[in-house]
Amino acid sequence: MAVVFKPTEGLTDKPFHYCPGCCHGIIHRIIAESMVEMDLLNSAVEVASVGCTYNSYEYFNCDAVQAAHGRAPAVATGIKRNLKDQTVFTYQGDGDLASIGTAEIIHAAARGEKITVFFVNNAVYGMTSGQMAPTTLLGQVTTTSPFGRDASYQGYPINVSELIANLTGAVYVERVCLTDYKNIMNAKRAVQKAFNVQKNNLGFSFVEFLSTCPTNWGKEPVAALDWLKEKMIPQYPLGCFKGEDLKFDASGNLIAGEVHAGEKEVRA
Amino acid sequence: MAQKRVLMKGNEVIAEAAIRAGCRNYFGYPITPQTEVMHYMAKKMVQIGGNFVQAESEVAAINMVYGCAAAGFRVMTSSSSPGISLKQEGISYIAGAELPAVVVNIVRGGPGLGGILPAQGDYFQATKGGGHGDYRNIVIAPASVQELYELTVEAFNLADKYRNLVMIMGDGTLGQMMEPVAFRDEEPIADVKKPWAACGRCKTEDGSVRPHNTVTSIYIDPDTLEYKNRELQEKYKVIEENEQRWEAINIEDAEVIITAFSTCSRISRNVIRQAAEMGIKVGMIRPITLWPFPKKAIAEVAAMPSVKAFLDVELNAGQMIEDVRLAVNGTKPVYFHGRMGGNLPTQKEILDKIVRIHNGETVEGGIV
Repeated sequence: MAVVFKPTEGLTDKPFHYCPGCCHGIIHRIIAESMVEMDLLNSAVEVASVGCTYNSYEYFNCDAVQAAHGRAPAVATGIKRNLKDQTVFTYQGDGDLASIGTAEIIHAAARGEKITVFFVNNAVYGMTSGQMAPTTLLGQVTTTSPFGRDASYQGYPINVSELIANLTGAVYVERVCLTDYKNIMNAKRAVQKAFNVQKNNLGFSFVEFLSTCPTNWGKEPVAALDWLKEKMIPQYPLGCFKGEDLKFDASGNLIAGEVHAGEKEVRA
Repeated sequence: MAQKRVLMKGNEVIAEAAIRAGCRNYFGYPITPQTEVMHYMAKKMVQIGGNFVQAESEVAAINMVYGCAAAGFRVMTSSSSPGISLKQEGISYIAGAELPAVVVNIVRGGPGLGGILPAQGDYFQATKGGGHGDYRNIVIAPASVQELYELTVEAFNLADKYRNLVMIMGDGTLGQMMEPVAFRDEEPIADVKKPWAACGRCKTEDGSVRPHNTVTSIYIDPDTLEYKNRELQEKYKVIEENEQRWEAINIEDAEVIITAFSTCSRISRNVIRQAAEMGIKVGMIRPITLWPFPKKAIAEVAAMPSVKAFLDVELNAGQMIEDVRLAVNGTKPVYFHGRMGGNLPTQKEILDKIVRIHNGETVEGGIV
């Protein structure tokens, strides 16, 4: 019988601890598959963060460093500055990256660190049980916005990709989702493009994944996907915010697209 | 042939020593009175192909140190008291993940923003842990520019040997001071292999692939975390046994023993001379490692029949004195003289107390 689907070598055999319907499993899988396809398993370093994915290093089949809450881009900076030929990526949630780690993410991007950041935005704190995140939508009920997020009281959601794309050091910034096969394949393309930006030493690359949290949203997995499409995407539009014209061939070499002038000078 | 000596500032010597020790990574954030370390590194690291990053904060800088050390590279950061407080998060993670790193604290007056002049008020923070959890840093207190050089090189070797953070604790006086320093032609750098490093270099020379490495400080299972803590404590015991360092000055037949480190030990040296002229025999135990604290040396001196009392001199309200008292263990009185706020004790202040102690008086409190 022909094998049509099997576990990827990019992941270990350890069963995920993620809740049913959570998108982390899919995101892990497409990053892991990309590492296999791009031959990165024995040359990549993952920087895990704090939140539901604190132990993502137990799943990704590559070297890894576990970082303090929000500090993954600083930790990745310390690694990548020494290991210019390795692929260094962080995997961070919205509490980690957009709240406690705002200084680290902004400055890593501004410095144009040659790292890749995977940002998982599910509009809520997962691990600590459903508190309001910087990306929580207006009106969204969480354990710390029990009457719905009120702009006059709790301020507005942060659109991180748009913010990062404003920084000269950021070369590639894209927001994707995982609601269906087409979007999953598009997200995988974005993962590989981000790795290629790093491989070509072009600068900082950033992929934001809109993700679900059925447990803390209090929704069935399918209803959660519907809520993501109806509520999250209007606030967080999908698309490429920077580096859309960058194109790579099958071997990952840059074949088209311009990186802005400042970045070129740094590279020279 | 006599070695050539050069006149250099303490802070610059720390940076030069780190480079000589093979450190090619410096991550820092500006703060007085240690910024010369950073200035020196900014220039030199570019010239020698190392890494220098002016981080967005002390928190980011220590986390860059964490990442760099996790990948297996020698690395240093430097700061001063308020900045070291910010670094405590990363320092605790470095302890938990057992990473070798060197952190320099050129201490200034506190609490809060305090002042920019020399102090030793960070003794507790440095020697008792500082951040969360049960851990120890090796803490070294040089007392001269020459020692800043030699002990900074040694700090990197100790860090690698024990996979432990080593803190160089100086103060504003020492960092800003210019003194002659003689550099060795070749440094005694320990070549420690780091097979545990998460560096992404998994393919070995023979083409095989090593198992993947992870560097972490989280152990959710209580038994695993307790086991990990036991391992740490075992390591600290070995360090305590092997690495206590001190200088014993003039202790033979001494009647009064001064305990003082770094800047206070320099002032106290002159007091010893002055007291001798008055016929009072004063000796000194100068801790070079603040952790592990040289308790064996202090206990031995406390047992000497000639010794009547101790006088602990610090730039704080009395911190190391607690360790001195534990080592003396009630066998002799331990008095205190301290200055704060960036002020230094004068020789006369210390000498006056010595005379009163020698006369058998009980010297009260001690904070001027």
